[in-house]
Amino acid sequence: MVTSERGTDVVIAVSGLRMSYGPFEAVRGVDLRVERGEVFAFLGPNGAGKTTTVEILEGFRRRTRGEVVVLGEDPELAGPSWRARIGVVLQESDPERDLTVLECLDLFAGYYPSPRDPKEILEMVGLSDRSDAIASRLSGGQRRRLDVGLALVGDPELLFLDEPTTGFDPTARRQAWEMISGLRSLGVTVLLTTHYMDEAERLADRVGVIAEGRIVAEGTPGTIAGRETAAAEILFLLPSHARFEELPDPVRQAFEERDGDRLLLRTQSPIAVLGPLVRWAEALGVDLPDLEVRRPSLEDVYLALTAQDAERRQ
Amino acid sequence: MTSSTSVASRVGDRPATVIRLALHQFPYDLRAFLRNRQSRFFTLALPVLFLVIFSSVFGGGRTKVPGGRIEASVAFVPGIIALGIIAASFVNLVISVTAQRESGVLKRRRATPVPAAALIAGRALTAVVAALVITVVLLGIGWAAYSAHVPARTAPALAVTIILGALTFCCLGYALASVIRNEDAAQPITQAIMLPLYFISGVFVPAGSLPRWLVDIASVFPVRHLAAALLKAYNPYTTGAGFAGWDLLILAAWGLAGLIFAIRTFRWTPQGR
Repeated sequence: MVTSERGTDVVIAVSGLRMSYGPFEAVRGVDLRVERGEVFAFLGPNGAGKTTTVEILEGFRRRTRGEVVVLGEDPELAGPSWRARIGVVLQESDPERDLTVLECLDLFAGYYPSPRDPKEILEMVGLSDRSDAIASRLSGGQRRRLDVGLALVGDPELLFLDEPTTGFDPTARRQAWEMISGLRSLGVTVLLTTHYMDEAERLADRVGVIAEGRIVAEGTPGTIAGRETAAAEILFLLPSHARFEELPDPVRQAFEERDGDRLLLRTQSPIAVLGPLVRWAEALGVDLPDLEVRRPSLEDVYLALTAQDAERRQ
Repeated sequence: MTSSTSVASRVGDRPATVIRLALHQFPYDLRAFLRNRQSRFFTLALPVLFLVIFSSVFGGGRTKVPGGRIEASVAFVPGIIALGIIAASFVNLVISVTAQRESGVLKRRRATPVPAAALIAGRALTAVVAALVITVVLLGIGWAAYSAHVPARTAPALAVTIILGALTFCCLGYALASVIRNEDAAQPITQAIMLPLYFISGVFVPAGSLPRWLVDIASVFPVRHLAAALLKAYNPYTTGAGFAGWDLLILAAWGLAGLIFAIRTFRWTPQGR
């Protein structure tokens, strides 16, 4: 077991990972550390290298270069006892054919040295009432929950979830999120890939944004890429009889651009701008319709980080 | 920690573990096989249908077999047993293994500690059991409808031939599945290979009534040898224990070649996408 200086378990340690398919370099130097009990989200557009990286960590692909240690072993060389400690939810996989939900779980439980009780897993993924249904007849959301159940039945220390809610309707997505959040209580370390911001924000302790095969930013969902210290944006609609020149100095200094009919201000100290703005409106006896104060969302940060990547693709 | 891990991984691949997991896999594969309508039709219903049709249409006269002549309807039984064995262990296996690989079912199993040998052996066991079941059914129909019967003297030879045949065609099935890239192609490719071989190997048409050169061509391929070995173990004129040594040897050689090719080319992940 690799142990860091602070004495915490490092479950995944990757440095300088590179992967080429012929002349195309899909992964161009990824460094990554995931500690025990963490939920880490890999965020990135399609084709950014997420799935390639995850499949290398899962032992499905050989890498071109770099060091990879997962649960103390190199996934390329690891054997059955290592696979007994991981759980994998693939991006695409059909259920076992012509078996019921419970039979699928029983079958997989038998592969592991010390499995969890399949009935308990059914409960956990919310499929108890579907245990006798043929697995291939489940709805998309139910199939995905069975996938998670199959990945959990061996009682893994580390769970890989590759785009667990792609193609879900909002209700199914919310149910899946609740289930994944519940894994935290089991102490399972989770590596998740997604291209949904809200999913990463809701589930992850830490987020790594990957673009063009590199991790371009890493941090907690709230602080990634300086999100918490970035300038706040203030938006409001100028009352019809007021003119821009009449606005107090701090407001005019923070003015950035017109966003449709609204004025967009950008400032590091929102109170110093909002105070004068509100007092001005009160003195004038007008309301400020559409007033909004916001920090850059995870989506703004993500779009800015991956913009270059997107441009180059077009 | 590191040393105990490497010991555990050695333990994980012990023959005992492989056998235990193959026996764990087997009932699930068998259940899936029996639940699947397509499997049931092509491996259980179709051979019965063939036997009834061929025996009714061409069953009037007597067929020349080594040592004498037997009722034509009776002579079809071993040929159709060969077809049943191949349907259960080759055609059905190629289709299901290709489908499992292309749909990600094998890939998901690959992420678990189960060894490949256990999955392959478990699936092969299902094919052997299916082959035995269809043989018993066909013999039962032959006995009830056409008064065919197997001499007790050659019954062990018949059982050995069936099991060796099923295992051989399993190995060949795994070998062929490796080169088929998508599951839609599996059914037509297996039939395109097998239908002509059935005709020239004494399955649909008694080998005695085929031109010599056609039988010579057929003799290169394993279907002819399975059909011939089954006929020998079944033929009431056969003297001795009924083991067709040469045919069984050639069958085993085909099986071994298939196994070596299959081991070298086996893939867990989808190839068509």
